[in-house]
Amino acid sequence: MSARVVVSMPKSARRGEVIEIRTLASHVMETGFRRTQLGELVPRDIITQFVCTYNGVEVFRAELHPAVAANPLISFTTVATESGTLEFKWLGDNGYSATESAQLSVS
Amino acid sequence: MLAAAGEIPLESRKSGYDFMSRETRAMQDDEATHPALFTLMDGEALFKSSCASCHQDMKGVAARYPAVKGGQLRNLEQQVNACRVERQKQPAFAYESRELLALTAYIGRQSRGMPISVSAEEKHLAAGRATFNRRQGQLNLACAQCHDDNWGKSLAGNPIPQGHPTGYPLYRLEWQGVGSLQRRLRNCMIGVRAEPYAYGSQEFVELELYLMWRARGMPLETPAVRP
Repeated sequence: MSARVVVSMPKSARRGEVIEIRTLASHVMETGFRRTQLGELVPRDIITQFVCTYNGVEVFRAELHPAVAANPLISFTTVATESGTLEFKWLGDNGYSATESAQLSVS
Repeated sequence: MLAAAGEIPLESRKSGYDFMSRETRAMQDDEATHPALFTLMDGEALFKSSCASCHQDMKGVAARYPAVKGGQLRNLEQQVNACRVERQKQPAFAYESRELLALTAYIGRQSRGMPISVSAEEKHLAAGRATFNRRQGQLNLACAQCHDDNWGKSLAGNPIPQGHPTGYPLYRLEWQGVGSLQRRLRNCMIGVRAEPYAYGSQEFVELELYLMWRARGMPLETPAVRP
């Protein structure tokens, strides 16, 4: 399947409010430690990086490693400072890349 | 000694959800990050591309299966495949394939919260009930001995649920994936060291029917999360 991601967060918030953002990416997260029945190593295939920017400013970053479960759920919070766009980017092995964006209106 | 308690009174029935930890319940209740979310999205895409030209709304359908269609007792998986083979002239999806689970989960999702209401024919129901009460396997245990007589007690540290199939296909933490009711039934049969029936066999479908009848009136939770 192609790279699919889901972002769940409020559409609007009051200025200064802490909002929770939850993201889910569809990915097998193959650890690179497993072997096939013939003893060959299954190559590693994981998401390695996740970055969230809020109006161009990085507000959250995560490095992912083997042993993170398939379809990783990343949940974090940020402070709603101004209306704008949050951009999410996932990067991984074998050229994996996914992006998503969401609008937030702050009153 | 195992005491024989007989069928559970309707008002004492509990979904597997009621036996779960707070954390696992939260996983099922949260639609936005539900672990079966991508399966549902697959199902929606498949349904829209290959089913939606005939079927619009599948609300309530999953709550009525297994049902007799074309003279045969079929579960939802078999009905999806029958439609595919007879109407679309396409090869059937394999049991537990990504496509079949996605479609049945998507169809089941549309009946979430609706009461289970199978219209059972007595002969199929009786056959299912007989399977449920038949001792089998090297451990010589019947389904009823755990799920009618000893629910609520512990088996290897885990609570024994009543065995109501209220949320299939569901995401099981042990599987790290979505699976059908028959996959779950195979687990139990292997657990009592019996040889499981084949996927899609008449015995399994009749047992599914009996289990759904046993859970009649309970709300469908598809796709549920179970430990």
